[in-house]
Amino acid sequence: MLDIKDLHASVGNQEILRGIDLHVGAGEVHAIMGPNGSGKSTLAHVLAGRENYQVTRGTVIYQGKDLLTMSPEARARDGIFLAFQYPVEIPGVSTTYFLKAALNAVRKHRGLEELDAMEFLALIKERTKLVEMDQALLNRPLNEGFSGGEKKRNEILQMAVLDPTLALLDETDSGLDIDALRIVARGVSDLRSKDRAMIVITHYQRLLNYIVPDFVHVLYNGRVEKSGGKELALELESKGYDWVKSEAAAAH
Amino acid sequence: MLTTESKEQYLAAFNQSRSTRRASPSWLNELREAGIASFEKLGFPSTKNEAWKYTSVEPIWSQSFVQANGEPRSLDAKEILSRSFVDADSYRLVFINGVYTPQFSQTNNLPAGVRVQSLAETLRRNEGFLSTRLGHYARHGHEAFAALNTAFVQDGAVIVVPERCHLTEPIYLVFVSAAGDSRVISHPRILILLGAGSEAKIVESYVGVNSGPYFCNAVTELIGGADTLIEHYRLQQESDAGLHVGTLEAELERGCQLTAHAVTLSGLLVRNNVRVVLNGEGAACMLNGLYLGDKRQHIDNYTEIEHAKPRASSLELYKGILAGSSHGVFNGKIVVHKDAQKSNARQTNKNLLLSENAAVNTKPQLEIYADDVKCSHGSTIGQLDPDALFYLRSRGLGLDEARSLLSFAFASDVVGRIKIGSLRQRLDEYLVARFRRN
Repeated sequence: MLDIKDLHASVGNQEILRGIDLHVGAGEVHAIMGPNGSGKSTLAHVLAGRENYQVTRGTVIYQGKDLLTMSPEARARDGIFLAFQYPVEIPGVSTTYFLKAALNAVRKHRGLEELDAMEFLALIKERTKLVEMDQALLNRPLNEGFSGGEKKRNEILQMAVLDPTLALLDETDSGLDIDALRIVARGVSDLRSKDRAMIVITHYQRLLNYIVPDFVHVLYNGRVEKSGGKELALELESKGYDWVKSEAAAAH
Repeated sequence: MLTTESKEQYLAAFNQSRSTRRASPSWLNELREAGIASFEKLGFPSTKNEAWKYTSVEPIWSQSFVQANGEPRSLDAKEILSRSFVDADSYRLVFINGVYTPQFSQTNNLPAGVRVQSLAETLRRNEGFLSTRLGHYARHGHEAFAALNTAFVQDGAVIVVPERCHLTEPIYLVFVSAAGDSRVISHPRILILLGAGSEAKIVESYVGVNSGPYFCNAVTELIGGADTLIEHYRLQQESDAGLHVGTLEAELERGCQLTAHAVTLSGLLVRNNVRVVLNGEGAACMLNGLYLGDKRQHIDNYTEIEHAKPRASSLELYKGILAGSSHGVFNGKIVVHKDAQKSNARQTNKNLLLSENAAVNTKPQLEIYADDVKCSHGSTIGQLDPDALFYLRSRGLGLDEARSLLSFAFASDVVGRIKIGSLRQRLDEYLVARFRRN
């Protein structure tokens, strides 16, 4: 589904990704871990089409298409979804209005009928249950004044509504207390399916107790330094990242 | 044409029309004479004048205009009302090129004591209250356009709401400029008198229907008695060649609360003067403005709030969205008199520039002579937030849709303060369509 080869990306003159290789198949869940500044969030944003990163080398093929030439909205309509670490507050746009506009843009592209108000509300009602979200939040401006937990639930709700093929979760666990983490992680877990791949970026192993990954990768200095199964996350939890760093230093 | 030549033209026009004023009461002719004398002294403002620093009125003085004879052109009432955002079953006075047009107006079934009538008619009857009110608030001695309006005052609207009368339905005043073969000028004059404890909503809606140049120079005097509740709206949809100077002079007595909106959607050159005198303890005003510029439009909002008595408050929020090569100006002056202790004033001006060629000048001006006051001001000029744009696009919204949604969102708090539901809805619909186009 997704093939990343030798991906290099920079912000200004600073190179952040220095040759990422990653293959993600349908239905797989990949966890990406790594110390601060290793390039995890940059990778997620480059895949979603953030324009202030310049890709300087490498290719990304998604469902047979050259992803890097596509606009952010084209990627979203083709099934890529980024759950933001810091969802943006947009005063003046109601969450419901936004969700409906997004869903209909995606449905239109996929050749489906746009949903009318009634059908949309029925869908939302069902999907809010997944993340135990208070429906009253939906009438408020998008993310404005939402708590950290509410913002993250809203991200997962959007994912549930837009039904992506490839979900990128950027530190969805950050800033959440234990209860909120459990709810959000279960919501994500329920969205696993054989057609949907996920890339879960996290600092901590605890999220992976709920969303058990098929593969774990360690990113360091803009490269995938280590890959393994779910047990690699446990190893990192107990040993930290220093051993990965020294192995990387020896290798390059 | 030079500005002096242009000034002479107005003076000559005043002299030539002397015979038509013979029937007017003497107090009115004295007021007109005082107006033209002020104009002669002041002349057209130049950008050296601090209050006109960012606005050249050359488009006004460099063209010759004539007063229309008032013959309504073949205009369709339904279309006029719809364009002016006016409900078909509303109370309304409609003016075409400054002249009252009864067949488009509707004032049946007003509550007892409420008067909504044309100024020309009120002047013909020479009703006593006019001479002690008209021209007593708009300062023709200070402002050239108020002086011109005063000199050429003929028609407009008079609204009187008696004490303790709660008028729930809005009153619309519609001013249509229909430029034809000649460049028309109109000087609508509006007098609004609200008795103590009364409530009213008044909408002035200005539209231009043809493509030719014209100049609409309107002056409104509004007097809010003690404990009145007033909403005043000025909605401008002048045409691409339309020039508009609109002046609101409001004086509020004790406990009076005025919310005044200025919504400018189009026009080649638009200048709004809003001056509110908080002339009683506990009086309060809320000034809301929304201005949308495009092409080569120039929109200047000049506001002045005078805290003349203690414990009065003013809250001001003006927002501008400027596209194309348009130019926005906001000047917010707040004067707190020496005795106006415990005054509370807050002023905010925010601007969104949608194009590289759009520009805005924003200037707060505080003059505070009392020592126990709370005053704050802030202004911003910015572009659409790239983080917000990316967020929306990452959910599948196209770039244009994301931009229009964020522009709409930027205006939403000002629009949300419009309390007349049908007006707010029409404006919302207009904005959605407009931002899709931009």
